[in-house]
This record gives sequence, structure tokens and C-alpha cells, in this order.
Amino acid sequence: MNRPRPEPIQQVKHRRDAALHALVKSVPYIQFLGITFDRRGDELTAQLNFDEKLIGNPMIPALHGGATAAFLEMTAMVTLHWTVLWEGIENGSLDPEAMAKGDLPRQPKTIDFSVDYLRSGLPRDAYARARVWRSGRRFASVHVEAWQDNKDKLLAQATGHFLMSSSEAE
Amino acid sequence: MNDELKRAQEFLIALPHSRALGMTMVSCGGGEAAILMPYDEKLIGDPKTRVVHGGAVSALMDTCCGMAVFTHPDRPYSTATIDLRIDYMRSATPGQTILAEATCHQMTRNVAFVRAVAMDEDRSRPVATATGAFTVERKTEATS
Repeated sequence: MNRPRPEPIQQVKHRRDAALHALVKSVPYIQFLGITFDRRGDELTAQLNFDEKLIGNPMIPALHGGATAAFLEMTAMVTLHWTVLWEGIENGSLDPEAMAKGDLPRQPKTIDFSVDYLRSGLPRDAYARARVWRSGRRFASVHVEAWQDNKDKLLAQATGHFLMSSSEAE
Repeated sequence: MNDELKRAQEFLIALPHSRALGMTMVSCGGGEAAILMPYDEKLIGDPKTRVVHGGAVSALMDTCCGMAVFTHPDRPYSTATIDLRIDYMRSATPGQTILAEATCHQMTRNVAFVRAVAMDEDRSRPVATATGAFTVERKTEATS
């Protein structure tokens, strides 16, 4: 058996984190909303860091439905893009350093997005995870769930369809 | 600016997220509302094309639909989004203000049904359309 030695853990982590950082940092709207991403292997969890400007109704106060929708859509899109890029990041065909300098693959485009509001958003952090149910050459279907204090009590969920960038290159 | 529009604009800018997105009320009344959202670099979703992120368009649509519910002749006391579906027809042209127009076309005792359309400066080709259902909260007589 002469299996190649596995890469050192620091190298693997650095490559993956650098690629994710490049992807997230390039989008001004992610910074505006204050969204950060946690990574465990290829799994992403998005966090909407609470800020006063995310409030809709100041009387309750509750998160703006639009902020919740934007958070869900951003999580769905970044997760889908990340899933598509994962192989390239792992096999070295995508260079995280070049990505950080702005050489980013084209994003998927939202075709439609349908949000189901389940609870009013409390004035605190929210979390979301997306699942790519289907990702083909042209289209992808993604489901995303957001919660706050309790993972079993969803704040909102959404399903979206996306047009893949590979389909437009032809 | 008529009184109703003035009140709606005051209400709109009292919503921190709407204010952060720079929204302005254009018209409202009779279950209809129109809101402008100026182009801003902080709303960019795609750094390559500098196109505004769909999420900002969603926030505009959600706000505009909610305002349409408020201006319905039945005058609900309050409202919240039950669901909202957005269809993105094309990218909004970078640099251009986005206009959303919403109509609350049906209101039952508990639910309001709304349609909306978003356009950039080319009003002939919509950027996005939306359909939503909103709760109707009516003021109870027992409020103390």
C-alpha cells in the first residue's frame, strides 16, 4: 500500500477558509447585512449578526421581513456557490489567493425565491443553513432554514431556484 | 405631498431597515403603494457586474407589499408577512433607482393578498414580480 500521505490539517483548513473568505468578502451586501459564515468541513452555517438597522417594526421590535428574506437568499446562494466550487478548491484548480484578488467564478443567479415566515424575528442573532437538493448544469434547487434561539423553532424557511453560471458561458 | 402620503413616508422611515436601504414613498392609497430604492454600492450582490443583490429587491418588495396592505380601505391595525414569492426576470441595471409598485387586491378577515412589480428606469421590462400573503390584524374593542 503506498497511499499518498494526507495533507497536513493546517494546510487543508487554510485553503478552505481562504476560499470561503474570498467568496464572502467580495460581496458588499453580505457586509452591509452583517452576515458571517462558519464552516465545518463543507457544511456552512450563516449567522445574521444583530444590528439596529435590521429592525422592521420598532414597536415590537422585530427583524424586518426583508432582512430575513435577504439573509435566507444570501445563505442559499453562498451555499450553492460554495458547493459548486468545493471540488475545484479541493483539487487545486481554484486558487484561493487569486479568488481573494477578485478572480472569482461567476455566481449563480436567482430565478425565484419563496419565503415562508414562521415566527417574528427577535432582536438578536439568527442562523441559517441551506441544502442543495439538486444542482444540475443549468438549474439548481435550494432549500434554506433560519432559526434564532432554538433550532427546532424555525424563524423562516425558503426555497429558491437558481440559474447556474456554467449555462450562460455557452 | 398629501397627508396620507406624508404619514406613510413618516411610517416608512420609522422602520430602521427601510431607512437603511434609503427607501422613499412615492404614492399610496386605496390598497396601492409605490416605493423607490436608490442604487447604492453597499447593496451590490455580484462584485463582477455590480448588480444589486436580490435580497435588497426582496426587502423593497416586502415593504411595498406591507404598505399596500396598510392603505387598503379596510385599514388593518397591523400586518405581517405570511409568505412572499419573488420571480427575478432580469438583473436591475447598476446605477439605476428601483421602483416597486404593490397592489393589495383582496382582503379577507385574516389575510391580505398582494401582488407587486419592481422596475428600474426601463419601466417596460420588469426586474422582478412578487406575490404574497399577509396577516390582517384588526384592532379589538377590548384594547385597554
